[in-house]
Amino acid sequence: MTTKHEPYYVPNQSAWPIIGALGLFLIAFGAGSYVQQLRTEASSGAYILLAGIAVIIFMVCGWFRTVISESMAGLYSSQMDRSFRQGMSWFIFSEIMFFGAFFGALFYARMISVPWLGGASNNAMTHEVLWPGFQAVWPLLTTPDGTQTQAMGWGGLPLINTIILLTSSVTLHLAHVNLDKNKRTALTLWLGLTIVFGIGFLSLQVKEYLHAYHEMGLTLTSGVYGNTFFLLTGFHGMHVTLGTLFLTVLFFRVLKGHFSPEKSFAFQAGSWYWHFVDVVWLCLFIFVYLL
Amino acid sequence: MNTLTRELNSVAEPADQTQLHEEDHHHHQAPKGIWRWLLTTNHKDIGTLYLWFSFIMFLTGGTMAMVIRAELFQPGLQLVEPNFFNQMTTVHGLVMVFGAVMPAFTGLANWLIPMMIGAPDMALPRMNNWSFWILPFAFTILLSSLFMEGGGPNFGWTFYAPLSTSFSPDSTALFVFSIHIMGISSIMGAINVIVTIVNLRAPGMNWMKLPLFVWTWLITAFLLIAVMPVLAGAVTMVLTDKYFGTSFFEAAGGGDPVMFQHIFWFFGHPEVYIMILPSFGIISAIVPTFSRKKLFGYSSMVYATASIAILSFLVWAHHMFTTGMPVFAELFFMYCTMLIAVPTGVKIFNWVTTMWRGSISFETPMLFAVAFIILFTIGGFSGLMLAITPADFQYHDTYFVVAHFHYVLVTGAIFSIMAAAYYWLPKWTGHMYDERLGRIHFWCSVISVNVLFFPMHFLGLAGMPRRIPDYAIQFADVNQIVSIGGFAFGLSQLIFLAVVLKCIRGGEKAPAKPWEGADGLEWTLPSPAPYHSFSTPPEIK
Repeated sequence: MTTKHEPYYVPNQSAWPIIGALGLFLIAFGAGSYVQQLRTEASSGAYILLAGIAVIIFMVCGWFRTVISESMAGLYSSQMDRSFRQGMSWFIFSEIMFFGAFFGALFYARMISVPWLGGASNNAMTHEVLWPGFQAVWPLLTTPDGTQTQAMGWGGLPLINTIILLTSSVTLHLAHVNLDKNKRTALTLWLGLTIVFGIGFLSLQVKEYLHAYHEMGLTLTSGVYGNTFFLLTGFHGMHVTLGTLFLTVLFFRVLKGHFSPEKSFAFQAGSWYWHFVDVVWLCLFIFVYLL
Repeated sequence: MNTLTRELNSVAEPADQTQLHEEDHHHHQAPKGIWRWLLTTNHKDIGTLYLWFSFIMFLTGGTMAMVIRAELFQPGLQLVEPNFFNQMTTVHGLVMVFGAVMPAFTGLANWLIPMMIGAPDMALPRMNNWSFWILPFAFTILLSSLFMEGGGPNFGWTFYAPLSTSFSPDSTALFVFSIHIMGISSIMGAINVIVTIVNLRAPGMNWMKLPLFVWTWLITAFLLIAVMPVLAGAVTMVLTDKYFGTSFFEAAGGGDPVMFQHIFWFFGHPEVYIMILPSFGIISAIVPTFSRKKLFGYSSMVYATASIAILSFLVWAHHMFTTGMPVFAELFFMYCTMLIAVPTGVKIFNWVTTMWRGSISFETPMLFAVAFIILFTIGGFSGLMLAITPADFQYHDTYFVVAHFHYVLVTGAIFSIMAAAYYWLPKWTGHMYDERLGRIHFWCSVISVNVLFFPMHFLGLAGMPRRIPDYAIQFADVNQIVSIGGFAFGLSQLIFLAVVLKCIRGGEKAPAKPWEGADGLEWTLPSPAPYHSFSTPPEIK
């Protein structure tokens, strides 16, 4: 700790949080109503949901603009910077735990519920009486009630996507290295390339989903294999989308001359987030596709 | 809108803001009117908001408990439909856990942690406001679902599948999304607490000098960040199972309803420690003050808290002994659960030893603290009984369980919150509360709460199941006693409201340190604490 005290910036009143709370309210209420209305004619929920998303986008833009201009005006001390960094790392930890819940479901289905339905452990009678014809294999291609599907292999698109995402982590790291050396052109190029990789990954994932739905009969409803497949890759895809948006914002800030070797919290946060998304994909590739 | 423009203007001219900020340090003025509360970034304002919100939710959830006890006053169905009864038990639980206890602790954290560690505010003040204001919206959604066609959540606060999937009301999606945003609120609140404690301690406030309330909250915040996302995962799977045709919790598709319980309790067990660890911190502040002694075994308290937190991740399946798990799993979870009694025992021992040969006086905070130690220990012992797998086969899903967790949550968590409120009210309001009324509140509460919950042990041992609107005739007498205790306990809390209101409006002026034996940075500030405190960190020797 420094002996000389730097003032810690405590902002004045702000309207952004309450706007954000209102936005989340509209999203939660809208999404809840929308889901209930899925099998009906009504559509009010969808509009509320969209309104909520609009409010949140407005809030995020405004809030970040406030923070960025405060930062550019030099209001933030190094202690403030540490607060942001620590906050971001704990946020990423919470994200890890969120994925943990779905990985947990995958492992439980694979190691416990499917084998037990096939008679493993002390469940011989469950198998004999309830699901006599059921074969406990993974990937679960035929569910106990007879829904059929096909398994997604690891070659082809998933492998290409793995290479793309791993490469993008390297390119982002190179961007960071160049930021630290204050080489702006190289920084811009490497960051731009990372964004291109992100978009490429997402496009290929859309292609993979279309292939799964239209040609393989692998859907969200095809038993616990399809459930875990789509929720894990789907939530990961959402995170890649957010990460790509994050990097795009950083890209425009770099063009405007923001960030310096000494002051680069937002860049650091964006790159942490991207590396985190990358590691999640690696786990996905191993546990969902490969094994 | 006006204020929004002001906000945008200040963005355009950040230099002005620095100036404003400097001025703030001098006149310590709080803004006026409703906008103060909607737009505030001040930890004390936000703490106050949390505490009032929590009290309103406490009364809301309490009203539902009164409906439950009124229906159970006699066997047979008198007042409400069984489906509505189920909604009452469910929403009572959800409101008390997520609306009353957790926000009360977050409110206390907001008020106290910056003052205790010599910080100017919470580390991320705007996010702090956001965390709070999500909550009223989330509970609006949850409570409004009670009035919708088909009713609100009726599957118990634990929302076990398939009750929450195949057999749940249409409004379940609203339940799911309200839990999602409550989770966002808790996670942001917890991040704020951790970052504040790690990064904003005054120079010299090293780890082993932290007040225990700060320590326990640090560990609680870690638990929150670790398990609230898992709850989000659980409700998401409930949502997709119910509305999108997945079968995570359905054997026909290769899933398993018991998997829901595993995921839920992986969240749920750390969650119950989230609701008790800050209590330990509060009691560790109050007992030394009124015993006029230093806390016995400070460092062992810190290690005990950490051990409880670590063990809390290894005991979740003790809620599921009757689901047909393999024997090795039952044994593993039984032994891990019993292990928790060790660090908890260390804490009880330390509090008792702190009082030993102390010069004790029994002001209201101390009364609640002593009641906490005794009654929480009863809840702890019934927990040990429940941890014994073969015995649990008998107790599972009976009123014994209801008695157990109300002893730890009402006479545990809620009593500690009451103790904290009395203890720090002089610091918050600048006035002493009415000691006589406070004691009346205490004695009414402590007697009625035991009339309410103690007989439930016997009901449970005799086999009365929980969560039912009707029961066999032989349980009638005891249920009547329990209901009378319940009404009395509910009414007693209005005395508390009166004490607080009276204390805010006036009363004897409180000195900076109203309690002779109190120790800690918050007592170096004047009462009421100024709007901005410790803008320059104090020096800690």
